[in-house]
Amino acid sequence: MAETTLQEARATGSARLEWALVAIGIAALIAAPFFFYPVFLMKMLCFALFACAFNLLLGYTGLLSFGHATFFGGAAYFCAHAVKVWGWPPEAGILLGTAGAAVLGLVMGFFAIRRQGIYFAMITLALAQMFYFFCVQAPFTRGEDGIQGVPRGHLFGLLDLSQPHNIYYTVLGIFLIGVFAIWRIVNSPFGMILKSIRENESRAISLGYSVANYKLAAFVMSATLAGLAGATKALVFQFATLTDVTWQMSGEVILMTLLGGIGTMVGPIVGAGLVVTLQNTLATSGFPVTIATGLIFMVCVLVFRRGIVGEIYARLLTSVGTGKKE
Amino acid sequence: MKLTHLVSTALLAATAMTAGVLSANAADISDGKIKIGILNDQSGVYADFGGKWSVEAAKMAVEDFGGKVQGAPIEIVDADHQNKADIASNIARKWYDTEQVDAIMELTTSSVALAVQGISEEKKKIDIVTGAATTDLTGKACSPYGFHWAYDTHSQAVGTGGALVKQGGDSWYFITVDYAFGHSLEEQTTKFIEDKGGKVLGDVLYPLGATDYSSFLLQAQSSGAKVIGLANAGLDTSNSIKQAAEFGIVQGGQRLAALLFTLAEVHGLGLKAAQGVVLTEAYYWDRDDKSREFGERFLKRTGRMPNMIQAGTYSAVMQYLKAVDKAGTDATEPVAKLLHEMPVNDVFTQNGKVQADGSMVHDMYLFQVKKPEESKRDWDYYTYLATIPGDEAYLSASESGCSLK
Repeated sequence: MAETTLQEARATGSARLEWALVAIGIAALIAAPFFFYPVFLMKMLCFALFACAFNLLLGYTGLLSFGHATFFGGAAYFCAHAVKVWGWPPEAGILLGTAGAAVLGLVMGFFAIRRQGIYFAMITLALAQMFYFFCVQAPFTRGEDGIQGVPRGHLFGLLDLSQPHNIYYTVLGIFLIGVFAIWRIVNSPFGMILKSIRENESRAISLGYSVANYKLAAFVMSATLAGLAGATKALVFQFATLTDVTWQMSGEVILMTLLGGIGTMVGPIVGAGLVVTLQNTLATSGFPVTIATGLIFMVCVLVFRRGIVGEIYARLLTSVGTGKKE
Repeated sequence: MKLTHLVSTALLAATAMTAGVLSANAADISDGKIKIGILNDQSGVYADFGGKWSVEAAKMAVEDFGGKVQGAPIEIVDADHQNKADIASNIARKWYDTEQVDAIMELTTSSVALAVQGISEEKKKIDIVTGAATTDLTGKACSPYGFHWAYDTHSQAVGTGGALVKQGGDSWYFITVDYAFGHSLEEQTTKFIEDKGGKVLGDVLYPLGATDYSSFLLQAQSSGAKVIGLANAGLDTSNSIKQAAEFGIVQGGQRLAALLFTLAEVHGLGLKAAQGVVLTEAYYWDRDDKSREFGERFLKRTGRMPNMIQAGTYSAVMQYLKAVDKAGTDATEPVAKLLHEMPVNDVFTQNGKVQADGSMVHDMYLFQVKKPEESKRDWDYYTYLATIPGDEAYLSASESGCSLK
């Protein structure tokens, strides 16, 4: 009895702490463009949302997709094309990109969830490669050149997005909405079922859940949010290129999630921030970027397998004493 | 009333002065130094195509210029864009906005070049592309401050396509990478082949990044065409040439024409595999005394001879510095104007001229890769076949589709 109250007290205490940290984080993001370069921050936010969306699938449902670049890059292409060629306003472009990614996710998920583990990953990879070659050849993507010079336009016809601060806060808003959506999904009864599927799929089936439908739903949600990130990125950089649909991009998002910590809300954000920062700072250092990220990945896998945030969580829990040996 | 009048006049004068800041400061160099950014792929598939060697070439240009222009020191900064347009765009914006970079050059790969040219135009800064091929840079996407210096898909198509027909290679078969770049390269080359009286017997399309070319090569071999054209780039070209050597295509009497292939890739493949390949470059070290002198110095410094991208970067930096020196300022408008007016005479090319669309028109050369036994020393790789005059090699400003006149 005493133990439960203690735990409850700890739970409310840590919940308060979490809320305080979230508030500090948001405040920091609001203040950030006055200290850091806005385009760089926006890129981090886009990749952070992408990694969070990916983590929804890997961390909370236990499905390792190797084809998430399709949703990220595909949405970027749809959004860029709609805004540039059809002259759509930015919000409509983002919505189209997101919806397009959802459709792609439905198709890919429909085939992929029929298999598990490595076979699941291989099917997503194969379908993603098909989409990549489609993008290489389709005239509207303009091959290697990419869709360039996409106008940022005015949000809802009012806010001029060519101003750095306007677009930054728009991107921040989209990021927060996206992360909030993921948080809601994870902490809902639906999210509980996803976690139960991750932990023990046969048991979830035996309890009467139609696991296939839940997996498909999670896949589509993850794809949709990845698409939201990709479409936003197209507006930030004003172009959509092949880079975002290559299998390397699918690998990069896995790297970000693993580095930060699978199955934590903050982990993918930290991981994305780290990888994007490395790519940018190492670019001017003369040190080969791929080698550096590879080394960091190896260190992470060997020394702290839970990822940066995952490891910090685990340490905190053991030091508080709630993390009894399981 | 009088007071308001006075105030508004004062305001007007103030506005005029702010507007005139550019010309008022024209006599000096902004931030007291000239900073040139070299942005390219230094760790990926194009690391030899331009890479670190382009940075060295740019540094050599600065040293040859004397390290100072109008008393202001010159600095070269460089970055590896990892073939990602978003990284390139991020770095370019940061360079222009916070690090006082005056011009960005090299810009390997077309997605990067187009993105950075867009940013440069928006920020009213000069960019000189030496590493990307697309003619859009001086066509639809042209900028009053953007220049295309070393080569483009048109010059490669005219060079290898048109000039080779004159050399007797009048029937062609294409092995083409199946996407926009390959299609347009094949289409443009076909036009010049047919203009010169040659004909195309057929083509085969293959997916980007293929590793097995045997069936395509066998089709090309059995077509009986005198020339097999490789409408592809990078690793694909290297792989197809390597496998063509295994099939003995060149020994069988057919010629292999690579549309985008430079000295760096020939060096990478080795003469044994690359022998007999016909290609077009704007620069070869063993062309005349000036180019030899530069090539030797580059070799001493880096351990390799420059290709047209690296020598072109040297030329671009040199010409930019000359223009700044002549203008007495690094303000974009006057420097860009001079870059359009001044002829280019340096180790890279003779009598190059810059068109209104930003394309630097200069002679291109058709070369054939030597057999291993013909090569007398390291880097002695090419036999000269023909010169393609600049006016033929490049689209004129009126044909380019650029709206600038």
